[in-house]
Amino acid sequence: MESIYLLIPISVLLVFGIALAFWWSVRSGQFDDLEGPGFRVLMDDQPPPAVDANKGKGEANAAKAEEV
Amino acid sequence: MSGTQTTYNDKVVRQFAVMTVIWGIVGMLVGVIIAAQLVWPELNIGPWLHFGRLRPLHTNAVIFAFGGCALFATSYWCVQRTSHARLWGGPLVPFTFWGWQIIIVLAAITLPLGITSGKEYAELEWPIDLLITAVWVSYALVFFGTIAVRKVSHIYVANWFFGAFIIAVALLHIVNSMEMPVSLTKSYSMYSGVQDAMIQWWYGHNAVGFFLTAGFLGMMYYFVPKQAGRPVYSYRLSVVHFWALIFTYMWAGPHHLHYTALPDWTQSVGMVFSLILLAPSWGGMINGIMTLSGAWHKLRDDPILKFLITSLSFYGMSTFEGPMMSIKTVNALSHYTDWTVGHVHSGALGWVAMVSIGSIYYLLPRLFGKSEMYSTSLVTAHFWIATIGTVLYIASMWIAGVMQGLMWRAVNTDGTLAYSFVESVKGSYPFWAIRWLGGVLFLTGMLIMAYNMFKTMAGGKTQDMPVVAPAGHHA
Repeated sequence: MESIYLLIPISVLLVFGIALAFWWSVRSGQFDDLEGPGFRVLMDDQPPPAVDANKGKGEANAAKAEEV
Repeated sequence: MSGTQTTYNDKVVRQFAVMTVIWGIVGMLVGVIIAAQLVWPELNIGPWLHFGRLRPLHTNAVIFAFGGCALFATSYWCVQRTSHARLWGGPLVPFTFWGWQIIIVLAAITLPLGITSGKEYAELEWPIDLLITAVWVSYALVFFGTIAVRKVSHIYVANWFFGAFIIAVALLHIVNSMEMPVSLTKSYSMYSGVQDAMIQWWYGHNAVGFFLTAGFLGMMYYFVPKQAGRPVYSYRLSVVHFWALIFTYMWAGPHHLHYTALPDWTQSVGMVFSLILLAPSWGGMINGIMTLSGAWHKLRDDPILKFLITSLSFYGMSTFEGPMMSIKTVNALSHYTDWTVGHVHSGALGWVAMVSIGSIYYLLPRLFGKSEMYSTSLVTAHFWIATIGTVLYIASMWIAGVMQGLMWRAVNTDGTLAYSFVESVKGSYPFWAIRWLGGVLFLTGMLIMAYNMFKTMAGGKTQDMPVVAPAGHHA
């Protein structure tokens, strides 16, 4: 199983890398607030335009097609 | 920041979103063709349109073209919004789009011509492999570059999933594609025999784990809360989900090689790691579905949420089925049968495709300056057609698979095999026909989506939106 000699070192390196990323994220305060980020993501972009030409268009056309 | 207002780079998101639908149709059409070829073998016309050449085209098109474009579109949208920054990388951004499209076109040309390295899900030959590496490194630079210039200190959990997916796929692709070219169109793998098999399925299963799971979980953690209008059920659990998944995923591959020349202990290690994966997978699934807790009524008339929540149900189902199938005694029955094909499609159609379709439906009106899709009832129709198609596909493959497994292992009292192989083929025909029908339905849904998409795009204004200042940002 020579391929193991490649795959196991890769995994070990990877686990160290992941552990390092985890350590960094704990130290830098990524997990200080585990509630707020869930809410903040809901406020990160503009609402779509309230009224536009597209609103309900497909449905109106479908209804028209049924009448015909 | 200076006084000039920066905008999000939505052009690339628009391009990838539209191509997701187009490549979805192409990939699923090829799938329908090869499903038909199993029922009506006369449809194997010439060498170019033979099952053996179209099958890798189907897998490459749906995974890397459809799934890939969906991942590019959603990750570029998500990382810009959650980082409150424009995509970093300048010309690298359009390079990822055009480079990826060229790779797909090259795949569509070379695979029917029979130019293949013969490694499953990595069939493309070495020049295309090099191009994939270039595009992928650019993708990583753009993604992590944008994270680096973010305006908030917290990195939203979806970005962790997208980031892990990008890094893992780069590593898997490079290790698995180590090959020695002998001509422009032919190369040989650096590994051989059982070593190659081990590397191949280390790649193969982690491609499922990181390309088809981690990436799409990123999509789920952004678009489910956004569409539901409420935060993910437990943000804490989502963080635990992420770290648990990436620490344990890498070693599930050997379950693809049960009862082969692979050493027995390696198979057992693969089985144990596959069983462990049930925990983080279900943690994530429950977290996603419970986001709707207390607001289940939203499911009633929001077809986009229907897509997203149903995708999570299929994710839960296939991540339960997968570890079960990795148990050696179960695998002795399921291996090499259509049960495996059904399992894959429960993940591919039910989870990957549905979560992508839901997310793209979320994006399309926003990308083209509209308030909603041209027709919501067509989205609902798409949802039901796709769901029925998926159920037909999975159920027929379950029955066919278990039947095949039982027929192959049945022995007479004198120890001879009770059935010849061709008898199991003959018995499978009705189920292959049902599978084909399921595929046709799923493809029909994609065609409805394309119609709805082009109607939504028509006459839309596509000006880029200004970058939003972080909410709750204390001045």
